[in-house]
Amino acid sequence: MSETVSETPGAIVGVDVGGTFTDVFFLDAASGRPVIAKVPTTKDNPAEGFLDGIAAASATPGKLAAIVHGTTVGTNALLERRGAKTGVITTRGFRDVLEMRRRDRPQTWGLWGSFRPVVPRDRRLEVDERTLADGTVETPVDAAQVRDAAARLLAAGAEALAIFFINAYANDANERAALAAAGAVWPNAHLVASSQILPEIREFERASTTALNAYLQPVLGRYFHDLQATLRRRKFAGQVLVVQSNGGVMTVETARRLPVRTALSGPAAGVIAAAHIAAAAGHANVVTCDMGGTSFDVSLIAEGRSTLSPQTAIDFGLVIRTPMIEITTIGAGGGSIAAVDRGGLLQVGPESAGSDPGPVCYGLGNERPTVTDANLVLGRINAERPIGGKLDHLDVAAAQRALTAHVGAPLGLDTTAAAEAVIRVANARLAGAIRLVSIERGHDPRRFVAMPFGGSGALHAGALIREVGLAKALVPRYPGVTSALGCVIADMRHDAVRTLNRRLDELDEAALAAEMTRLAAEGRTLLGQAGIALAESEDRFELDMCYLGQTHTVAARLPAGAEAAGAGPTRAVVCAAFEARYRELYGRLLEGIPIRVLNLRVTTIGRRPKFDLALLAPPADATLEAAKRGNRRVWVAGVWHEVALYERLALPRDAVVAGPAVLEQPDATTFIEPGLRGAVDRFGNLVIEAAG
Amino acid sequence: MIDPVTLAVLKGRLEQIADEMDATLFRSAFNPIIAEAHDASHGLYDAESGATLVQGKSGLPIFVGAMAFAVKAVIDKTAREGPPDDGDVYLFNDPYDGGTHLSDFKLVRPFFRRGRLFCYLASVGHWHDVGGNVPGNYNPVATESFQEGILIPPVKLFEKGVLRGELIDILKANSRLPDSLYGDLNGQINALDLGARRLADLLDDYGEAVVAEAFDELRARAARLMRAHIAALPDGAYAREDYLDNDGISDIPLRIALDMRVRGERLVLDFSRSAPACAGPVNIARSTAIAACYVALKHVFRDVPANAGVLEPVEFVIPEGSLLSATAPRPVGGYTETVLRIIDVIFCAIAEAAPALANGCAYGTINALSLAGHRRDGSRWVMFSFFGGGHGGHPLGDGLNHGNAPISTATIPPLEILEAAYPVKFIQWALRPDSGGPGKHRGGLGGVYGIELLAESADVSLFGERGRFAPPGVLGGAPGACNRFQYQQDDGPHEPPLASKMVGIRLSRGQRLLLQSPGGGGYGPALERAPEAVAEDVRLGYVSPEGALRDYAVALDPEGRVDAPATAALRRSAAR
Repeated sequence: MSETVSETPGAIVGVDVGGTFTDVFFLDAASGRPVIAKVPTTKDNPAEGFLDGIAAASATPGKLAAIVHGTTVGTNALLERRGAKTGVITTRGFRDVLEMRRRDRPQTWGLWGSFRPVVPRDRRLEVDERTLADGTVETPVDAAQVRDAAARLLAAGAEALAIFFINAYANDANERAALAAAGAVWPNAHLVASSQILPEIREFERASTTALNAYLQPVLGRYFHDLQATLRRRKFAGQVLVVQSNGGVMTVETARRLPVRTALSGPAAGVIAAAHIAAAAGHANVVTCDMGGTSFDVSLIAEGRSTLSPQTAIDFGLVIRTPMIEITTIGAGGGSIAAVDRGGLLQVGPESAGSDPGPVCYGLGNERPTVTDANLVLGRINAERPIGGKLDHLDVAAAQRALTAHVGAPLGLDTTAAAEAVIRVANARLAGAIRLVSIERGHDPRRFVAMPFGGSGALHAGALIREVGLAKALVPRYPGVTSALGCVIADMRHDAVRTLNRRLDELDEAALAAEMTRLAAEGRTLLGQAGIALAESEDRFELDMCYLGQTHTVAARLPAGAEAAGAGPTRAVVCAAFEARYRELYGRLLEGIPIRVLNLRVTTIGRRPKFDLALLAPPADATLEAAKRGNRRVWVAGVWHEVALYERLALPRDAVVAGPAVLEQPDATTFIEPGLRGAVDRFGNLVIEAAG
Repeated sequence: MIDPVTLAVLKGRLEQIADEMDATLFRSAFNPIIAEAHDASHGLYDAESGATLVQGKSGLPIFVGAMAFAVKAVIDKTAREGPPDDGDVYLFNDPYDGGTHLSDFKLVRPFFRRGRLFCYLASVGHWHDVGGNVPGNYNPVATESFQEGILIPPVKLFEKGVLRGELIDILKANSRLPDSLYGDLNGQINALDLGARRLADLLDDYGEAVVAEAFDELRARAARLMRAHIAALPDGAYAREDYLDNDGISDIPLRIALDMRVRGERLVLDFSRSAPACAGPVNIARSTAIAACYVALKHVFRDVPANAGVLEPVEFVIPEGSLLSATAPRPVGGYTETVLRIIDVIFCAIAEAAPALANGCAYGTINALSLAGHRRDGSRWVMFSFFGGGHGGHPLGDGLNHGNAPISTATIPPLEILEAAYPVKFIQWALRPDSGGPGKHRGGLGGVYGIELLAESADVSLFGERGRFAPPGVLGGAPGACNRFQYQQDDGPHEPPLASKMVGIRLSRGQRLLLQSPGGGGYGPALERAPEAVAEDVRLGYVSPEGALRDYAVALDPEGRVDAPATAALRRSAAR
């Protein structure tokens, strides 16, 4: 499935590899028209699906300037614990830091938690070494012990190695020495020290981020290696860039070194796109609802801003400390499997059939019914026009059989009622996830619009706004490839941190200036290596500071140009920045208590040119009549309705479609429930709200 | 009638206000007990009764129950001495009126709307040092509250918006760490300011009538749900006893006994058979005992909203003169230990009544360890921290290794933060093998913490429990390992004569402490644990080969694989 265009050299292609589908988006510079494609994700070798997608968009790799890539390879490896066999070498006495966490529990109420670290206890080895908190090396590391430990881990099958020493943030000498020693016997590049990943105080957060990085290195390394090899073979000579969890992009070289920064890559790209589209359409308050085959990702944009959190737990105890867009994920997608548990309760997800074998109706071997099967049986999906390319049609009878056997029979329902029950349970779970980020944080949903996207989101738009009480839903023009669109517009971004841990009155201004210059230069170098057009770039400097005695810090932004003269900010400038921020956050300054400077944070942002979303608008000659595709029977609330079908992309601007209606397009299907209506805005978005 | 969407929104926004107050204090507090261990709490309380209306999700669970009593103490004072004014903030730490212990300073602020008292906002935080004999105030040998710290009855810190600065001077003069105290107090004032601003915004949006109706409806829903849970328990009487090691003064175990009676939708928790008030600091006030029951019930029935409705269908029998209804000046500094024991007996009684809701007991001691000394410049340092332990085995699997206490959501300060702040070096920070209570689902492992002193000298005190009576398992599961504390002196290693309670240990440079915390209790009989799971435990070092043989009747070959015939024989003879 594709739209044929005369492609122009220099196009930047966004490719989002999800758990089920791989999506492609780019703007053909000559015609100004958007080009999209959606193909099944090939799990064994995602690069194959990636290239199929580019080919399906009839782009010749050799003529593309850059590919910007969002990936869930890292996310899924963490969630499904399918990272590499990893070993840890650490300070004697501290191998359990990774497993003891910060002595927390999964839930405030209830004591039924458990935790399995990604590196089991017998693959965490200790060596003699010790650095003190002030950076003094008390016990130098013994290279022979490190080599021996590395050899034992290799023998135990470890493919990646994380080295993590106590107080390495204060002095990385022992870690560097250990890295060299282990490197002498380690057969691959998958070894990393904590001071390279996160030179910041707090041992568990540093150890966890480092271990998870190592755990992902071989997985992402293989993935990027295969991808680049295949791209080279197909004569692609441009840059490949990867979306990070913070919503910015980085080079593949950086991503291979720091795969932990891709943990929320795909979802972050979707949020970037959603914020951009919603802002253009005049909506500052948005709940983004990305529903693909495997998961449902929700994020809140309030007053036009998405929230960055300094660290995230991908799962209980799997802590990654690097700035990330706040996204809540539940295992509910089109491929989520419906089953009746032993208590007689209907459950939907989190288990997913993914894209291979996928839903029962794909006919690829799965026999357990999914959300997509239910939507198909209820007439909401067109059996003759499956999204994703590879299949010619969907097997309705097989989907019916599966629903009857696995849901209908145990619950005493007929096939249609069973399908409707699956959709109701799925909708309730989706609504719960939206409540979590909106209502439960005190945001009134009536002031928010839902932006459903991903392959399945728009099918559930009506239920989402009704169940949660959202004002309306804004379905973007290409809901199925929104994350890919986000890849095209996301800025370059690099975050770096360095623990200083000095009292402000003892801060060495020259050393601070040098460190700022050094980290900014590193960021600029990384931007330069990307080799793509940037509209402008910016360095942001923040200092994490506190009053002496506090353990939590406030991030005080230094004024722009603070490092420009090379002299760096004076202590007075630093103090003023801290006090301004502290007063803003807490109201009162504390007189007479010294101030501590804990960390320096440097963010380098390269702004990429944005394209005008009006390019996505429907063609001027479109008419409502021409968009009509007849009728289909659709089951809603216990009865079959004769429902109007439309070709979504052929609808003209300002067209209004009353529900019930089904709108089809190559990458997604939109279902407008009875009582709702959909209107097309000037960007081609569909605005769904209560009729009349 | 309030519509369900508005009610859900208001519930979220009200909790968000309390959460933001929590977060403000956590981030701006000086002492790590608040900043890292989150030993603080905030909420909104009823204008007339002080009952909990809304509580933050991140605050310390035990305060959820106790704060209502603290607000009530202020309400009683205003009844005696005249109504509060807009802009007043009361401050106090009287544990007999407001629950818990002297370290917990409560700030209570009447919230006015259009000239009328609408509700109270309150903040409680555990301060680093409030005087008394022992830095950090966990004085295991106190016999009167006067030895535990300064006691402040409810007094106005702000009067009509004007700060009474001399009060702060008094407080600072009574603390070893006046800067820390001043910083924490400011954090609490800021949290209340923020809460008042947010609540005013909310009332601007929804109006007083709707918000008041939401308060009533949320309480009613909690009570309704709690009644349904109680009704689902089989009617009957369930008796359980457990013991505290001692009171820190004389080495005599202290009984905590529960007679739990279920009748329809009513639950009676009767503690009449518990020990009388004791000389040492493990007494608790009645309000604290009730708060402990609240925590235990919320752990078992976790879907019930956190407000006063939870306790509506519950009746308490706690006689006067009991260890669990202490009055001034009985020492109460170690309230945490007694509260944890109350929670354990409730868990065990529930296990008997409804096995499907059961879990083994958690490690059951806070292990308050204090090291204090002077820096070269003469300034004082106090490192004070609580340590973790294992959680009990439960229906879904093995207990969590190294969790936090059921009364808290505290995280432990990073050892790198402690080493950067105090002259100590950690030697070890590890899981404790063989500490998890054997069971079909094993209890989680406790911790091993080794600390070496880098300064010239320091005074050490420890307030712990479970040194003699191990955390029980349930449904045939075995108890976890007991708490153990060792300290080095010139003549070699020592252990406290009263197990886990001691003051005045003088440590010199290079000498070490070793604390080994209890694991959780097991769930179900150990002989029902799959031999392969036991072999895996041995491979990972959670269980020693000797432990596998002794506790699980599992024999392993030299490669660590299950010796099936030997194991079968062992289990046959063990079953007999």
